[in-house]
Amino acid sequence: MVVLFWVCAIVLVGTAIAVVGSRQPVHSVVGLIVNFSALAVLFLTLSAEFLAMMQIIIYAGAILVLFLFVIALLTVGNQPIETGEGRLAHQTVPAIAAGVAALGLIAFGVRTAWSQSAASPPADLGTVPAFGTALLTTHVFAFEATAFVLLVAIIGVVLMAGRKEIRF
Amino acid sequence: MPQVPLADYLILATVLFVIGLVGFLVRRNPITMLMAIELMWNAGNLVFAAFARNFGDMTGQVFVFIVITVAAAEAAISLAIVVMVFRHREDVDVDDISVMRG
Repeated sequence: MVVLFWVCAIVLVGTAIAVVGSRQPVHSVVGLIVNFSALAVLFLTLSAEFLAMMQIIIYAGAILVLFLFVIALLTVGNQPIETGEGRLAHQTVPAIAAGVAALGLIAFGVRTAWSQSAASPPADLGTVPAFGTALLTTHVFAFEATAFVLLVAIIGVVLMAGRKEIRF
Repeated sequence: MPQVPLADYLILATVLFVIGLVGFLVRRNPITMLMAIELMWNAGNLVFAAFARNFGDMTGQVFVFIVITVAAAEAAISLAIVVMVFRHREDVDVDDISVMRG
């Protein structure tokens, strides 16, 4: 379990850096697929079986296919973006500094506040029956609200992408 | 079977979140910025799942499920915005997009 965690951690961090750093968006998507798969394995080590399957199906299946379609739609025969200097180029150094500062602060806080792990979880934590019972009884209102959010997203996307004339 | 301590999961999630944050601030390609946002969603999900196991409670895992759904909606809407902007402007550098008006 510990070895699996560290292998997945190295894969996650490496592919995350590849996603952020690669110049071609398609390479970023490939890195993101590996990243999401490693995260699904981490969900398995956290005894969240259903979440691991959802991670693969929704993220690596649906969302990344959406990204690939948009990349295929936008970048055919075009020059790559980010060749020249951007107007906000000077924000690189402050961004990295802020990131490192946030990393140090949060890591310090985590070390002091959550160094103790609790006792071992119940045996049925994260199984599909337990997850379904929790989702459809205790949290049924959040479940229905999520359905409404998806409905709003569908209507918004159709409204935005379906229009012919857009002025800026 | 020895368990990985909670703090290791939290620090791994912090590292992933910071990578996504720096990527979002540094990159100018909106599609790559959206992928950095997905990295940050996933770091948050990892924290929820880690605490769900720590407390032996299903609520954290249900929350991860809802976050995944909202992330899907967010990706769809923001990619539609990118497509719409690109259809008009022929390039998608975020430095050049300063007006958002329908």
